[in-house]
Amino acid sequence: MLPSDLLHPRPEGLYCPIGNFFIDPVRPVERAAITHGHADHARAGHGHVLATRQTLDIMALRYGDNFATTTQVAMWREPVTINGVTLTFHPAGHVLGSAQIAVEHGGLRIVASGDYKRASDPTCQAFEPVACEVFITEATFGLPVFRHPKASDEVGKLLKSVSQFPERAHLVGAYALGKAQRMIRLIRDAGYDKPIYIHGAMARLCEYYQSQGIDLGRLEPATADQRTRADFAGAIIVGPPSAFTDKWARRFPDPVSAFASGWMRIRQRAKQGGVELPLIVSDHCDWDELTETIPETGASEVWVTHGREEALVRWCELNSIAARPLHLVGYEDEAE
Amino acid sequence: MRRFAELLDRLLLTPSRNAKLKLMQDYFRETPDPDRGLALAALTGELSFAAVKPALLRALIAERMDAVLFAYSYDYVGDLAETISLVWPAPRGATTNDTDISLSYAVEALHGASRSDAPMVLAGLLDRLQPDSRFAIIKLVTGGLRVGVSARLAKQALADYGEVDVHDIEEIWHGLEPPYAGLFAWLDGRAEKPERAALALFRPVMLANPVQDGDLEKLEPSDYAAEWKWDGIRVQAVGEGGRRRLYSRSGDEISAAFPDLVEAMDFAGAVDGELLVGRPPEHVGTFSDLQQRLNRKSVAAKTIRDFPVFVRCYDLMLDGDVDLRALPFHERRARLEAFLRNLDPARFDLSPLVPFSDWAQLDTIRLAPPHPIIEGVMLKRLDSAYVPGRPKGPWFKWKRDPHIIDAVLMYAQRGHGKRSGFYSDYTFGVWKGDALVPVGKAYFGFTDEELKQIDKFVRDTRWSGSGRCARCARTPSMDWCWKWRSKGSTARRGTSPAWPCDFRAFHGCAGTSRRAKPTG
Repeated sequence: MLPSDLLHPRPEGLYCPIGNFFIDPVRPVERAAITHGHADHARAGHGHVLATRQTLDIMALRYGDNFATTTQVAMWREPVTINGVTLTFHPAGHVLGSAQIAVEHGGLRIVASGDYKRASDPTCQAFEPVACEVFITEATFGLPVFRHPKASDEVGKLLKSVSQFPERAHLVGAYALGKAQRMIRLIRDAGYDKPIYIHGAMARLCEYYQSQGIDLGRLEPATADQRTRADFAGAIIVGPPSAFTDKWARRFPDPVSAFASGWMRIRQRAKQGGVELPLIVSDHCDWDELTETIPETGASEVWVTHGREEALVRWCELNSIAARPLHLVGYEDEAE
Repeated sequence: MRRFAELLDRLLLTPSRNAKLKLMQDYFRETPDPDRGLALAALTGELSFAAVKPALLRALIAERMDAVLFAYSYDYVGDLAETISLVWPAPRGATTNDTDISLSYAVEALHGASRSDAPMVLAGLLDRLQPDSRFAIIKLVTGGLRVGVSARLAKQALADYGEVDVHDIEEIWHGLEPPYAGLFAWLDGRAEKPERAALALFRPVMLANPVQDGDLEKLEPSDYAAEWKWDGIRVQAVGEGGRRRLYSRSGDEISAAFPDLVEAMDFAGAVDGELLVGRPPEHVGTFSDLQQRLNRKSVAAKTIRDFPVFVRCYDLMLDGDVDLRALPFHERRARLEAFLRNLDPARFDLSPLVPFSDWAQLDTIRLAPPHPIIEGVMLKRLDSAYVPGRPKGPWFKWKRDPHIIDAVLMYAQRGHGKRSGFYSDYTFGVWKGDALVPVGKAYFGFTDEELKQIDKFVRDTRWSGSGRCARCARTPSMDWCWKWRSKGSTARRGTSPAWPCDFRAFHGCAGTSRRAKPTG
């Protein structure tokens, strides 16, 4: 059997014809296996959804309880069989509940890793390499220029700036699922114990993380009702980056705009975005992690999905690993 | 090294002047000698290396990585120094370490290297550093940090750090050498102020305040002399003990770009005047002629011939070895006239006084200057001493009225800091036939209330945009026109990008379909 007989791209997403299911479909389908809760991977409206408990919870939080007709919990490392095809979920280290899905049939194993990272993250289960014949990898930061520094050093920069500019508010832009909670946890790990203010869009997800045993410390809504501008002096506020360019940001005193993202590695990107304090913290692999992970899986073939496919394919060629881009559509490059 | 790299990155992305000053002060406080002095030298452009050319950097990286992967990377990042700093592969088994490798270690290694060794020494440093520090090193050796800090701003940060007047630093600056241990010892209160160690040092310049409404009513015309305000660049020419130096008004030495003028500086003294292009007394070139001569490290013979420079003199600070600054203006002026008699009139001439009897008469004269390169008049109290800085009272500048154009708001960009969440930076255009051509940007000159109105207008009418920039509606019925004052001369100075204009006098008139044309 050819690997493409087991899994191949269709407009809806990655499709398994033998099992008749899709992985992370971008349009409503009858049967979906979902790697993690980010909106471009987990959409509402499927018939049957197989995902980890936490991914299902997150989908319910975002779309309401009726986001799918039926759901099924995938337990970590416990095989589930669909029409003779075996699916096993392994931690991907991306966000809480994020999984790689190992798809097996007739002695062939393909691992669809979804989004993943190798750097340590106290807010989610750590990535586990899974031996396979074909490894499907993302390439969000698939260029040799992306080298993420240690996240703790980046948070150190933030806290230093807070102490240098106590009269200003520090706005930390972070994606609402995963990045926001990780940044808050990292700030706590650096010894900051004052309340952290959060944008309303993050409240439910932060609460959910806390209910899963991830201590985020004292969080308060960044609302202007009972506070004056001066009350936010010296404060750290975490919100979605889009809010900072909105009128919402006017309630804060002379804000320093910080943005936690792997894109912040490129200075012009920070400058063009009006970011004063870039924090290079990413929930995706950097180049070194990608190129270390591929050989670790032992895969003889690599399929590269969303991101900068061409550079990673080139790297595989140079290292005598068969590789090709999958050209899946609908996954966001910018969200991070 | 890491602290220095961090400082550069923060300065690059910090728009506010005060925040930049704070970042530099904190760096001077936290960093030991000699690193802080070397960083200061880097920021003020006093640190130079046997130049590393981009071709050499490309060769170094070509030995170390696949050309295709490098091409993808460079294509994505766009900046050679940054790309190389990021993709540089650490040799197998090496551990990178930015904290143990100090700035001074790196500077010494690079200074000690011969031309042929330099690539190896540079590669050895890059092997051992992390990306941000690699970037800092590459920027140092290729020349030009470009982090938006002028030498003057760095000196101001130094003055704030040591709680001294910036003029005290400017006065001794050119006698000091990196890493400035004596200077820091003084600023830290551990030693006396360094002596003026070199000849022909800079003396801080006296500046004027603009005439504002009601100022003149309180002044007695007979207490003041008036002279033309020429639109060149303010300079100070100093000769002492055979040493000749030409300075800009912020104390940067610019002698190397003006050998023709320096040759004529066979005097002992310090002259304050305006650097202009032309053949005095009749011919004075435009500011764009002068620009042929500005911001150059060296100058071609043809350029010198086509655009000769001279100084139109305003004041005399030092006559021989006698400091005249405490004398009243009228006495200095007499000394200046005598002083100039011995100089080459093709290189040094006198800025004439403008006789007048009352303010109304001077106003008439001001509005019709005899030469297009005059941008107004200066008023100087006859009894005023030469005082550094911009004291209120002794000197005023009274400029010609600005030109006004009606322009269309084309784009609006969101601001930083206190202007976060507001569209506060505007790009204006004028109609040329059926096309709108951008003519300039403006980001100050409006009140908070006006800012709110403009922001609301932008939000209500924007029709596209990405990132921080909104493209404004400009269907014929939605043109937004402005009365807009252009401070022409400031705009044309080489340092400021296309026309940062002050539109104090704007009148928003949404809903008109008038096609704006430049006027005045």
